Amino acid sequence: MTSLANYLGYEFVQNALIAGTLAAILGAIVGYFVIIRNAGFAAHALAHIGFAGAAGAAILGLSSLEGMLLLTVGSGLFMGAAGDKVHRNDLAIGMVLSMSLGLGTLFLSLYSGFAGQAKAILFGNIFGVSGSQIMEMIVLSLLSMAGLAIFSRKLLFASTQPRLAEARGLSLPALSMAFMTVLAISVTLASQIVGILLVFTLVIAPAGIALRLCRSFWRGILISVALGVTAVWIGILMDCVTGYPATFWITALFFVLYIIVEAYVRFVAKSDR
Amino acid sequence: MTSALQISDLTLSLGGHEILSGVSATIDEGEFIGIFGPNGAGKTTLVRCIIGTLQPTRGQIEILGVTPGQASLQIGYMPQGHGGFDSTALSARTLVEAACHGDRWGIPWTSRESKQEVDRVLEVTDAAHYAHRPFSVLSGGERQRVMLAQALLGSPRILVLDEPLASLDPKNQALLIECVARVKRLTQTTILFVAHDMNPLLQVMDRVLYMAGGGAVLGKLDDVVTTASLSRLYGFAIEVVRVENRVFVVSAEGNVTESECDHHHHD
Repeated sequence: MTSLANYLGYEFVQNALIAGTLAAILGAIVGYFVIIRNAGFAAHALAHIGFAGAAGAAILGLSSLEGMLLLTVGSGLFMGAAGDKVHRNDLAIGMVLSMSLGLGTLFLSLYSGFAGQAKAILFGNIFGVSGSQIMEMIVLSLLSMAGLAIFSRKLLFASTQPRLAEARGLSLPALSMAFMTVLAISVTLASQIVGILLVFTLVIAPAGIALRLCRSFWRGILISVALGVTAVWIGILMDCVTGYPATFWITALFFVLYIIVEAYVRFVAKSDR
Repeated sequence: MTSALQISDLTLSLGGHEILSGVSATIDEGEFIGIFGPNGAGKTTLVRCIIGTLQPTRGQIEILGVTPGQASLQIGYMPQGHGGFDSTALSARTLVEAACHGDRWGIPWTSRESKQEVDRVLEVTDAAHYAHRPFSVLSGGERQRVMLAQALLGSPRILVLDEPLASLDPKNQALLIECVARVKRLTQTTILFVAHDMNPLLQVMDRVLYMAGGGAVLGKLDDVVTTASLSRLYGFAIEVVRVENRVFVVSAEGNVTESECDHHHHD
């Protein structure tokens, strides 16, 4: 345990914990809406679209975070606008995703210096987060949370009962676009920590498990955030202690938890339902 | 007195295809109207026009003297079917709470007044005792009573129910109809009840809106659902058969177009 306390004294570990916490909180809350909107594919696509953004940024001289944000938010808006039928926009998402991956390939071939950075972007580099990156992450988290604080009530209604919400005068495409923007931001943040390939871990896993268990909205959000933050902390500390990557620990934790919860829901809680 | 619903010379097209043409009807406040007709007669299209999510091609609809958009808070709506949530544990109550003032800005916080309102509507439809359970594990009848409760939020003056009996067994049909009839009796709410089969509603409805062949007729059951009136509406020979207080609409060739056992779901 003394060695664990030693690790906490290092700035790069502290930065990892701060950045991981931010990404986990935002991912857990946004992920909750991803699950009830059945938007898992969109979340997955946005992460991969971020790769093209990061590759393009290297050419334009932007930071990879800026490049990712630019492309994911743009694509998110497009997906939201194209798919006004909440659950029926898979084609639009697929098309934007494949175009972006094509662009990513092009950018990689144009700028070979990017190849080394590419691995960090794909698999995450949790201990490489700098102080200025943390500032950026705080600003983006606050922006996304402010957005959700403004329209999450409408979003929850429109996500659970789209036809009823429409009859009450809510604009489903506008809400969809607003949500996709927030999703794009949180996916970008999460990919800074666990990498593009594993964004699902922070955006889908905690919320998915919470929604399997919790019957009310607020309890679901709380459990989702608690799961996300706990897993990230354990993952980072296990990385320090064992040397195996944090991302592995985080995904393994969620997978084991998922199996347990699934078994509980199917076999134990069944009688009560 | 303003009427609950005034439809004047309404024509509706979807994708260049005319669904309704020149329909007029006036429905008074507190009436229970059964809306019937074969598949594709435009029942759901008319409903979408009444709740304001579809604009008429020609003519107009007035609800309580204003446009459907302006009247949206006066309309309680129960859409056809209810899917999703099968992988979540969200309770029926949580769904109703999300719908309560769900059109407002801010976070989904349920105030004490909203909680009481949710309690009230769940009591009315006899859904309170199971509303804490996940929506995904409820039976069809239980789900429909939750959806009806949701439509009652804010005590609307008009209830628009789109095929709430679809895929329910006779016992659950009767339960749901009893709930709706009770709401009408207690609060003088106007009821627009779309159904495939008119027989379960014979005791409770005041008038019938029968839709077919792009048109519609409104009137007492005995005036509208007759061989002469429906043949005119369909544009071909229709026979209305009454057996032991049940009504069957049969085409002259002998195919039943409306029957007790004909509850297939369509959307």
